[in-house]
Amino acid sequence: MKSMEEWDWAPGKKIVADLEKWQSGYAAVEEPYVSPDGEKIAAIVKTEEESYTVCVNGTPWEKTFDKVWSLRFSPDNRAAALVSDTAEWSVAVDGATWENWFEFVWNMQFSKANSAIAVAAQNARSYFAVLDDTPWETGFSSMNNLTVSRNGETLAAVVQTTAVKEGDINAFQKGCFSVAVNGVAWKNAFVNAWEIDINPDNRLVAVEVRHSLYDYSIAINDEMWPSSFSAIWRPRFNPVDNSVTAPVKSAGEWCLAKDGELFWERRYSQLWHHFYSTDGKSIAAVVAPTYGKWTIAENDTPWDLTFKELVMDAVYSPDNRHIACLGKTDGKWYVALDGKAWPTPFDRAWPPVFSPRGEDVAVKVEIDGKYAIAVNGKLLDIPFAVAWNPVFSPDGKKLLVKGIGTGKDEGKYCRHILETESLPRK
Amino acid sequence: MYDIYALARGPLAWGAFIVFFGGIIYRLAAILLEARKKDHVVYAYFSPYYAMRSMLHWIVPFGSRSMRQQPILTTVTFAFHICLIGVPLFLFAHIILFKESFDISWWTLSGMAAQVMTVIVLLSCVYFFVRRIVQPDVRYLSSTADYLILLLVVLPFATGFWAARGWAGFEIATLLHMLSGELLLALIPFTKLSHMFFFPLTRIYAGSEFGAVRNAKDW
Amino acid sequence: MATTEPKANDEPIVLDDAIIEGAEKLSEEDIAQVINDMIRTEGGARFKAYLNTCMSCGYCSGACHYYLSRDKEPRLAPAAKVKQTLGEFVRKKGRVSRETLMRSCEIAFTDCNLCRRCMMYCPFGIDVAFLMLFVRRVCHKLGVVPRYIQDTAHSHSATMNQMWVQEDEWIDTLQWQEDEARDEIPDLRIPLEKEGADVYYSVIGPEPKFRAQLIYQAAVLMHAAGIDWTMTEFPGWDNSDMCMYTGDIEMTARLKKVHFESALRLRSKRIVMGECGHAFRSVYDVGNRFLGWKMPPIEVVHAVAFYDELLAEGRLKIARKFERPVTFHDPCNIVRGQGLHEKARSVVRQSCETFIEMEPNREHNFCCCAGGGVINCGPPYKNKRVKSNRVKAEQLMAAREKGAEVVIAPCHNCHGGLEDIIHHYKIDIEIKFLIDILFECMEK
Repeated sequence: MKSMEEWDWAPGKKIVADLEKWQSGYAAVEEPYVSPDGEKIAAIVKTEEESYTVCVNGTPWEKTFDKVWSLRFSPDNRAAALVSDTAEWSVAVDGATWENWFEFVWNMQFSKANSAIAVAAQNARSYFAVLDDTPWETGFSSMNNLTVSRNGETLAAVVQTTAVKEGDINAFQKGCFSVAVNGVAWKNAFVNAWEIDINPDNRLVAVEVRHSLYDYSIAINDEMWPSSFSAIWRPRFNPVDNSVTAPVKSAGEWCLAKDGELFWERRYSQLWHHFYSTDGKSIAAVVAPTYGKWTIAENDTPWDLTFKELVMDAVYSPDNRHIACLGKTDGKWYVALDGKAWPTPFDRAWPPVFSPRGEDVAVKVEIDGKYAIAVNGKLLDIPFAVAWNPVFSPDGKKLLVKGIGTGKDEGKYCRHILETESLPRK
Repeated sequence: MYDIYALARGPLAWGAFIVFFGGIIYRLAAILLEARKKDHVVYAYFSPYYAMRSMLHWIVPFGSRSMRQQPILTTVTFAFHICLIGVPLFLFAHIILFKESFDISWWTLSGMAAQVMTVIVLLSCVYFFVRRIVQPDVRYLSSTADYLILLLVVLPFATGFWAARGWAGFEIATLLHMLSGELLLALIPFTKLSHMFFFPLTRIYAGSEFGAVRNAKDW
Repeated sequence: MATTEPKANDEPIVLDDAIIEGAEKLSEEDIAQVINDMIRTEGGARFKAYLNTCMSCGYCSGACHYYLSRDKEPRLAPAAKVKQTLGEFVRKKGRVSRETLMRSCEIAFTDCNLCRRCMMYCPFGIDVAFLMLFVRRVCHKLGVVPRYIQDTAHSHSATMNQMWVQEDEWIDTLQWQEDEARDEIPDLRIPLEKEGADVYYSVIGPEPKFRAQLIYQAAVLMHAAGIDWTMTEFPGWDNSDMCMYTGDIEMTARLKKVHFESALRLRSKRIVMGECGHAFRSVYDVGNRFLGWKMPPIEVVHAVAFYDELLAEGRLKIARKFERPVTFHDPCNIVRGQGLHEKARSVVRQSCETFIEMEPNREHNFCCCAGGGVINCGPPYKNKRVKSNRVKAEQLMAAREKGAEVVIAPCHNCHGGLEDIIHHYKIDIEIKFLIDILFECMEK
């Protein structure tokens, strides 16, 4: 696997593919996807023979299929898609299919660190997960919330361990759902289980559960917190000490709980999507301090800046010194950094991206039907018809910008490397 | 007799007004504070324009479809409320009392008009009472409190009418009128009669939600 | 003084075994504790103002299709439903019998569609639906809920959809509909997980389960109008919500979070939803509020408004108008809930030759008697539901006599309710969704 340092960071513009030409070669071309390094662009295409395949940089995969969907690039720049042949389904990676075929596969995910590929699969109404072509040995009567760990070694999912007839509300309320980790279900069953988090060394799995119709808690490796709450959201492991925090609702208000105890002092109208700094010392969350006002709270202190409609996609800078997020007010999207919003709003914005040392923030945005990259509050003068999220080089000196151009570049997918020195400063 | 009259004219009247205004302020403040805590939607969706739009449709006679569907009830209800509020506020005998006590006065009804309006109040109460007994759905809905508040309203008007006509025993009637009027005033904030000041609140909320959020009429 | 006993009912008091089972587990102390806790923690200003302000005047009676259809049975007046439930809870300081609790449960779940028509007939604007939902929430907390709707709530919690549809079944249904539609239009797509698409289209659980042709038709419409649209592969695709009607608002919050966040993740400009009323209510001014979103965090457009917009912009063109005379049923959740009645009429007039109004109409239309979770309480209550909407049957018959051959109802629950009424009262009228008409008449 090529590391990011080895990507081509030589400044300049490169036209990777002319998508207009693709249109003439195929009966239909679906929306394109771009590899993280920007060197490849791919789309699902329909051949003249009524079959489907994937075209990468103008070259189709050799194999064609009855159906292809869910085309995505892995973090290590491989094109993967879900494909079917004679009513069976599998995963094709760079044109080569897995050996195993299933009645159905979906929910393709990649582990962030090493691009392991996981999918949910079904055979004879039995549900299981598959990791890099290796299916779980056990199947379950249903499976949801499939989650892959960062290094791809652990797969966990909510599974149904006891079948319930429709209408049997008593059986349901006794608890029929559990968590399967790498195919092995926990002993305890819950009324419900939902979102999962896996700790960095893969030893611990936490999940939000409901153990009666009214009591919500967190279970970690099959052991529930002793306390329950009237509602709960996704738990998170502290990346350093493995403690678990989760937003919980208590006495009608939201608060952050840690290892079963109320942790933050303040109470919020809403609190969710909390996240840690990499050193585990700070926690931030999207909060509504009062009804209908949204902001970020870092270590239980909310920003003064609030948005009317929402706050999302919040992230710590890699050096843990800054937080950026998106906010929306009156239909306009804003980028906010450390409690201050960029002055100009956008029609739409995508998740903010920090440079490695946190000095620059780049965001894909839409204004007046065109896409562009905004850096530190100012638009780069490269208009796109379609754009992808920007990527900073590991040394922070370059910015990779990817998109399909306009004007003379119409229909052409281009990869630009810009020097960060030339970017607008804060 | 005179002592009781003095009591009713002085401390009890003061007391009734204090309880009336104090009670209203207390109950309004309590409910508005409670809304802050548990019903933030009441504030969050408040829209002055749609609140007013809703109020207007419901304080104008026959402004709503339901009012048009029940013309007799609607006519009686409006006549009743206008007279119920109009007579005590604009009765010459009441204004005199204010003049004596505070040297303030305002426009007054003629004696005849006041008596006609009083009769309207009393006949309306009879109508409401009969309706409560005769109409099955209203009869089912009615509780003891609904009958008692009717009585509470009838008392000061009946005794007031008696006193104004100067019928036998009008002195006692005057005293009873004062006492029952004071009782009515003092009880308004703490009985279903509180609809007098809850009406704007519930209407403002309904009007705001229907108009500003749901883009629909509420009448 | 002067309260009448309810008329003897011709039906057994409690029809649902889960209500009885649930109540049998409770002592009067349990009941009192939950009721009093609920009143203390959630019985706020509106609760108190409504209960204190009702003058028992009876203006609301004439608003209710239950009351009107069942020979003006006093117990079925909206204010009477409050009196028999919350009125008793408050009067007895929570210490009500199991029988009262079971009766309250049936009243709140099966004698009220939460249609809010009575709110428009009350001089004070008392929201009886709000109060009935309070009763339902008490019932939920006590575990006394009709079996069918409770099972639906369980499905929501386990699968994030109403119908126990598994993740693969959902995707498979979409791909099947896409294949079917491609026989008609070869380059048609149902784009899944298309990031950045203008429109995120969501439907309710029964569409993939029973009415997949509606997804087919929607796909054809999107294609014909040239819409950049997508649907999600993941749970969140179902915008419906029976938990809102069982009183499990914590679960409603979770369902809406998943739905909104899937549209936000795909960064669509807006959510367009199929022809469903209760789902619109849940997404537009219920579920979002439980989450702290004052308004939906992403614009929500009901199908009716969407069609009207497409016709107005000329993106959707009518090739040939629907010939048979039609009438239109105004669903409460998009008319009293969003004022879409004129837009709906605009679509009907543009697509149909002859339009006959039902009386009453618009905000004053009578409910279908299926909504508010009543049809979801299942077969035990079907008979009552149909008998309790004779006024709807009369309304339909009157429209039929004026010549209407088709009734258009842009709501799933209304469809279910009206179908049963049409069948029971033997009315010679066919029921259609708006998209059935558009699909038949538009340029493809």
